[in-house]
Amino acid sequence: MRPILLLAAVVAVTLPLTVHAQTNPPQTLRIGIADDADALDPTLSRTLVGRFVFASLCDKLVDIDVKLNIVPQLAASYAWIDSKTLEFKLRPGMKFHDMTPVDAEAVKFSLERHLTLAGSTRKGEIGSLDHVMVVDPLTVRLVLKAPNSPFLAQLSDRSGMIVSPKAAMAAGANFGQNPVCAGPFKFTERVPQDRIVVDRFPEYWDAGNVHVNRVVYQPIVDATIRLANLRAGTLEMAERISPTDIAQVKADPKLRAEVFDGLGFQSLAFNIDNGKQPRTAMMKDARVRQAFAAAIDRQAINDVVYNGLFTPIAQAVPPNSPFYAPEVKPVGRDIAKAKRLLVEAGVKTPLTVELMITNAADQRQTGEVIQSMAAEAGFDVKLRATEFVTALKAQSEGDFEVFLIGWSGRADADGNLYNAIHTGTPLNDVKYSSALVDSLLEQTRAETDLAVRRGLYGKIAAQLNIDVPVMYIYSPKVLIGMNAKITGFAPIADGLIRIKGLKMGQ
Amino acid sequence: MKSHLGARIAQIIPTIFLVSIMVFCLQQLMPGDPALVLAGEERDPAVLAQIRQELWLDRPLVIQYFHWIGNVLQGDLGFSWRIRQPVLQLVATKLPVTMQLAAMAFVISVSIGVPMGILSAVKKNTFWDYVANGIGLAGLSTPNFWLGIMLILVVSVQLGWLPPSGYVPLTEDWRQSLATTIMPAFVLGNALAAVLMRHTRSAMLTALEQDYVRTARAKGLVEYKVVLRHALRNALVPVVTLGALELGTLLSGAVLTEQVFSIPGFGKLIVDAVFNRDYPVVQGVVLVTATVYIGLNLLADIIYVFLNPRLRTS
Repeated sequence: MRPILLLAAVVAVTLPLTVHAQTNPPQTLRIGIADDADALDPTLSRTLVGRFVFASLCDKLVDIDVKLNIVPQLAASYAWIDSKTLEFKLRPGMKFHDMTPVDAEAVKFSLERHLTLAGSTRKGEIGSLDHVMVVDPLTVRLVLKAPNSPFLAQLSDRSGMIVSPKAAMAAGANFGQNPVCAGPFKFTERVPQDRIVVDRFPEYWDAGNVHVNRVVYQPIVDATIRLANLRAGTLEMAERISPTDIAQVKADPKLRAEVFDGLGFQSLAFNIDNGKQPRTAMMKDARVRQAFAAAIDRQAINDVVYNGLFTPIAQAVPPNSPFYAPEVKPVGRDIAKAKRLLVEAGVKTPLTVELMITNAADQRQTGEVIQSMAAEAGFDVKLRATEFVTALKAQSEGDFEVFLIGWSGRADADGNLYNAIHTGTPLNDVKYSSALVDSLLEQTRAETDLAVRRGLYGKIAAQLNIDVPVMYIYSPKVLIGMNAKITGFAPIADGLIRIKGLKMGQ
Repeated sequence: MKSHLGARIAQIIPTIFLVSIMVFCLQQLMPGDPALVLAGEERDPAVLAQIRQELWLDRPLVIQYFHWIGNVLQGDLGFSWRIRQPVLQLVATKLPVTMQLAAMAFVISVSIGVPMGILSAVKKNTFWDYVANGIGLAGLSTPNFWLGIMLILVVSVQLGWLPPSGYVPLTEDWRQSLATTIMPAFVLGNALAAVLMRHTRSAMLTALEQDYVRTARAKGLVEYKVVLRHALRNALVPVVTLGALELGTLLSGAVLTEQVFSIPGFGKLIVDAVFNRDYPVVQGVVLVTATVYIGLNLLADIIYVFLNPRLRTS
């Protein structure tokens, strides 16, 4: 009886202050995030969870709305002066958390910091920026090296975050330990792996729309435990709910599930010419890759692994994107076609193919479904489960034949495509090279008309389905669970939780 | 005695030096490239080159090692590459968390394991013996992560008695601290309790058959005095030794439990660091752990000298 008595005694002593213990002020929002953030410095940050925290801390020049339109944030307005010059007019009277003014000089400082700070992960995103001109305290012009219409969208994420020059100069590379920005919340404390606390900033330029006093971000790696916390009432919101748990959230009257389209995709990357290994039939012949693609049923993967929640796609952007080409639809599985293509390619079946997957449960399951489907067409798929960081290196060095890999997604289609498939770009790990696709990608950068760009992306998608350097499988949905009393949540495709406008209810 | 201690202390320096080389070399064997992790999704080649240069990853291994150990000798364990905080600060904040968890788990395991072992031995081959053995076997064979998740679902979600995860330091709010750590400590102490129970039972069975126990009974002592004062005192010697050894295991074995209950302790720190190839944190944590172990061993040696007078003259 001792263990029960002991547990009961501790529970009895601690119960009055346990679940309802509150050292936080009223209207505190506790959000479960799937990992601990890295450096809280917009210039150095690289993790998705870091972006969740920045959504409270650091406003950007522009943001995206629920329809993926670019909308002003710190900027009151913006305009292309010519194809290479972008002008921003800032809102007057804005302040950083250290009460210094948000002005054109601060914009210039922050963008130049992105370009020059050692270890900056923003450098690649805004590398096309040539220089920044301060026109007056509230007007700033960004001059690009060449016309680049997707540049504006880059400023709707960390590249567009403006930091306090005074604080950044004082802290140097340690700025992330006490970030000072111009968001609705100011940094209060961080206990690594435990919590990041931010408090309401009363001087925020849109303070009237902020109804929460404090936000506590709690890293909880396991999706089951995040959900348990949500159900126990020790979290008000949790990101990345498991697709298999969504039904449970929906069934709980105290909770609400928000399920909406994201920006990213999951794909099979086919190594074409990277690395030192002998080129296999899959690497050499597009017909073999077409056969592999024809053997796979995207909807079946979605149904088996993700409870049918995700969206099968055959292009790099999801259907909610303004760049989505409706004419490029995912085609159904066609085993006869796959077998015919293999005969045409003259390969002997069963053809052994190595599929590298990361060792997450859903990825292993997806790999197994692919393995089973491809076998019917004559492929003998060997799964190579690899730890994520090791897989990254293998991908970069070309030590793979086919790799099941995702991309978190960008607001502009260029961010999902250019660096991954244009000849010689840093993320083109499959070493795909097509003069036609390169030319189309460059045209999309020079073009500002949305309809024209969408047409060009349609052509790119069609060509990629012929060459198959990448097979797009599905676009994941954003899955967020929250207390049913919370209102005002904006389902924006980047999946970040914007606290502005949220109300916690009674 | 002085020469004995002097010799032991003299062994410490080369041992720590060897540990530092081993940690450094083993880590280099880990597959993957830290620069690729740090560069983020975009992986710009210029950024990769800059990261490698900044973190000395483009230098020969020997130079990297001496750069690191040189800083360590000056009391600087370096900065976490991932979260840009001093490693020493991380270690200093995480170690007490795991120590609290391990201490609570130890208390729980002793409170459960020893009484159950005594009961089982005294009531040998009765219903109570079978029950205790059954509980012991269940404790040994229940995986920590499963028990943790089950406790969260029942105690936190269904009953709402305790918070499902998180941590509050003892100094901040002791009751809240107990509330957040009791479940993980119970999970961690559960398997150890089973081990202690079986060892206590076995040692007690042996002790209860000894002549001095029979003599005690013959003197007419009441049974609880025979069991607790005579048999248990002798039976506890091997159990205490085992318990002390297992305490060290608890410190290093809390990784899964910390992960399930989101306790920001030492185990979680090193697991996250390994998965993110945060070399300074891995090196720092292992070096500190090794130094603590070596220090504790030395302390044990010193205590042993005081307890055993023969060593003072040898």
